[in-house]
Amino acid sequence: MTAHTNIPAAAKPLDLSRRGFLAVAGGAGLGLMVGLKVDPAAAQGAAGGVVQFNPFVKVAPDGAITVVVKHLDMGQGPTTGLATLIAEEMDADWSQMRTEFAPADNNLYANLAFKAQGTGGSTAMANSWEQYRTAGATARAVLVKAAADKWQVAQGEISVDKGVLTHPSGKRGTYGAFAEAASKIPAPTGMAQETPYKDASKFKLIGKEGLHRIDNDPKTDGTAIYTQDVKLPGMLVAAVAHPPRFGGKVKSFDDAEAKKVKGVERVVQIPSGVVVLAKSTWAAFKGRDALKVEWDFSAAENRGSDELLAMAKDAVSKPGVATATNTGDAEGALKGAAKVIEADYAFPYLAHAPMEPLNCVVDLKKDRAHLIYAAQFQAIDQPTVAALTGLKPEQVTIETVWAGGSFGRRAVPTADYVTEAVMIAKAIDGAVPIKLVWTREDDTKAGYYRPFYAHKVRAAIGADGMPVAWHHRVAGQSIFSGTALEAMAVKDGVDETSVEGASNLAYAVPNLKVELTTLKVGVPVLWWRSVGHTHTAHVVETMIDELAFAAGKDPVEYRLALLKDKPRHTAALKLAAEKAGWGAKLEKGKGRGVSVHESFNTMVAQVVDVSIQKDGSIKVDRVVAAVDCGVVINPDVVRAQIEGGVGFGLGAALRNAITLKDGEVEQANFDTYEPLRIEDMPKVEVYMVKSEQKPSGVGEPGVPPLAPALANAIFSATGERVRDLPLGDRKFKSA
Amino acid sequence: MIKLNINGEARSVDVDADTPLLWVIRDDIGLTGTKFGCGQALCGACTVHMDGQAVRSCQTMAGDVGDAKIVTIEGLVGADASKEGKAVQAAWRALDVVQCGYCQSGQMMSAAALLSENKKPTDDDIDAAMSGNVCRCATYHRVRAAIHDAAKRLEA
Repeated sequence: MTAHTNIPAAAKPLDLSRRGFLAVAGGAGLGLMVGLKVDPAAAQGAAGGVVQFNPFVKVAPDGAITVVVKHLDMGQGPTTGLATLIAEEMDADWSQMRTEFAPADNNLYANLAFKAQGTGGSTAMANSWEQYRTAGATARAVLVKAAADKWQVAQGEISVDKGVLTHPSGKRGTYGAFAEAASKIPAPTGMAQETPYKDASKFKLIGKEGLHRIDNDPKTDGTAIYTQDVKLPGMLVAAVAHPPRFGGKVKSFDDAEAKKVKGVERVVQIPSGVVVLAKSTWAAFKGRDALKVEWDFSAAENRGSDELLAMAKDAVSKPGVATATNTGDAEGALKGAAKVIEADYAFPYLAHAPMEPLNCVVDLKKDRAHLIYAAQFQAIDQPTVAALTGLKPEQVTIETVWAGGSFGRRAVPTADYVTEAVMIAKAIDGAVPIKLVWTREDDTKAGYYRPFYAHKVRAAIGADGMPVAWHHRVAGQSIFSGTALEAMAVKDGVDETSVEGASNLAYAVPNLKVELTTLKVGVPVLWWRSVGHTHTAHVVETMIDELAFAAGKDPVEYRLALLKDKPRHTAALKLAAEKAGWGAKLEKGKGRGVSVHESFNTMVAQVVDVSIQKDGSIKVDRVVAAVDCGVVINPDVVRAQIEGGVGFGLGAALRNAITLKDGEVEQANFDTYEPLRIEDMPKVEVYMVKSEQKPSGVGEPGVPPLAPALANAIFSATGERVRDLPLGDRKFKSA
Repeated sequence: MIKLNINGEARSVDVDADTPLLWVIRDDIGLTGTKFGCGQALCGACTVHMDGQAVRSCQTMAGDVGDAKIVTIEGLVGADASKEGKAVQAAWRALDVVQCGYCQSGQMMSAAALLSENKKPTDDDIDAAMSGNVCRCATYHRVRAAIHDAAKRLEA
């Protein structure tokens, strides 16, 4: 560290990396001094001579480049994407790239879209696009300078390809060979100006086919470590008996039988239930099952789904409590319109049901807490743990591991499952590390569902068949109200996530009113892959289809006519229609439907083909999707996310619903909440619209268009409208 | 003590006979590639081979295994990998099947068992054999393609 001329060793690099670097990365652009952060221990060889050049890039003597990934990878692929950005700017070889998940550090690793560390809103690549490329470009610059100094040549004469630096004189070297020397070069002012990131025309990796996922190997040989796989010395596994109704409390419990189970070590009570701690997972489950608990339901939610839905239906039969959008005079225009169509819609609670039921490892000591889990919202979790334990946030360290899915469930404003794990650790005074493990049943019944909603739309078309008015009412629970994040998303009584996708209707309708009534129910709710768009897209895209048919127009042509000032929607819709062979005559018993929807700045159009089975059920044969997500970083990851979004949306549309009876969740495992299975999966084709816009998300936007395109396809085959989801065991007849 | 043969090694574990094989493999043997998803044989994340057959280890009791040879994902693709195991892994990597990856050990175990019995499965054969393996990321479309790809690799 002595070589940092004029830089106090401890202060300046750190300061630069925290402020200067983020200022550059945050979009202030080029021209700022970029910090060179050297981890003192690493530089002195404690970590095998690995040099960290900035919060995101480390280089080892053997040339391995490790990318510090600030986002949770729950399958959506940010490890691959972020490593691609660094590899591109460093002209590295894909095989030398490694990744590790970032620790909890809101200063270094904030999601620039939220100004807080967390993963969601399909923002991983979008918010990192400039930040990670800057990190790669500046690391490359100091490494090249180190080579130039050593070789006594001009920096500009050195070229890098596949991680090998070469000079026309024949000199060659690797990044690993120059890492140590480069770590001693203070980043000169203006370096970023001298080394702006690459022009798109020079991309070797970004947007190219054939770059395999970086997590392929550990995920195909059993070595990838998920929370469930973490084992610390002396650790006990914790299973919790939760109240069977939301808001229930423990009245009393008898643990005599539980304590007889071999391997059970302790039974403790925490606010969310009764905990059995055991030496093995199976013993913890068995012990939990042997508990006798009496519950106090005096403050619990005791209503059932029928009652809740009736409340929502009643709410949309009346003016909304809040108005989300009011353009023109929708009610007035409806009165004088040539034709009015009115329709009601209902959507159930949905569970995220990730393959890995929720879990969390906590090692609590007097002066620190170390958590290991698939952390999705560190900016919430870290201060929450600090508050629960009386520690300072910096005494709470979080080690992130692979997530066995999430779909939003691991990012929770109340940090519910993390809180539960910490309360268990506290209840035993941190005597040993603990791993909280939920069973599938615990996971299904734990709440934090996609809220249930009712919608009512009255829409009118004029004499030319084009829409003149759209009056839309939504009723359901708010995801943000009452949480620490309320101010972010709730404005004038409108939770943006209750109406997004409807309040900003893409179609040119001159008179538009969207009203919202927010319901209070004692069932915790949460964002679920694509959030409000999960229901608004269904309503908007099936209603626009109804209007097209009422007008006697082709559904694609009708939409295009209403999207004249929406070039990105138009391009996606045209591409999907063309690739699907839209307009071809279909056999009896077959149907084809279309939809297009924007979410998270990405446009996705889908064409769904269905066939009506002999028993009246529906089979989805093929889905053609077109996506405009700006610059494509990895086309195969985009394809995979849209394919997965189609499957995720389809499973929910076909048969998923969480229902309550007298306050108790009626579903428990995959027999009663059955996910899509392989025989349900259609052929999926994904096409990308060429774009030079900044990348936008792909994790969520594939979901919303599926259900309405499916519903529209069923209509084309049967003449029957699907307004409520899921289809369940509804049977159809070919028209 | 219960004696088991796992990935070709003789192991002795001190567990009750009614302990699911899944938890013996994960907690006692320490092989964590086999996953817990549902505990009710409804998702297939815990699939292992028992004398070559795909079984759900969460519903297979340790005391019922006897002399049967158990193979987990670590054995399927490790040093003593079967030809089906190698082909399945190569296909999975070539087609970038995985997303979150949590179900994929089970998917690969079921796929390898299918290919050891059916050298050239059709889409319908695949759907029938893989129906018990849930993937919430819905990688099904690629699972199907990868099994066809693995079948081709085995033919070659």
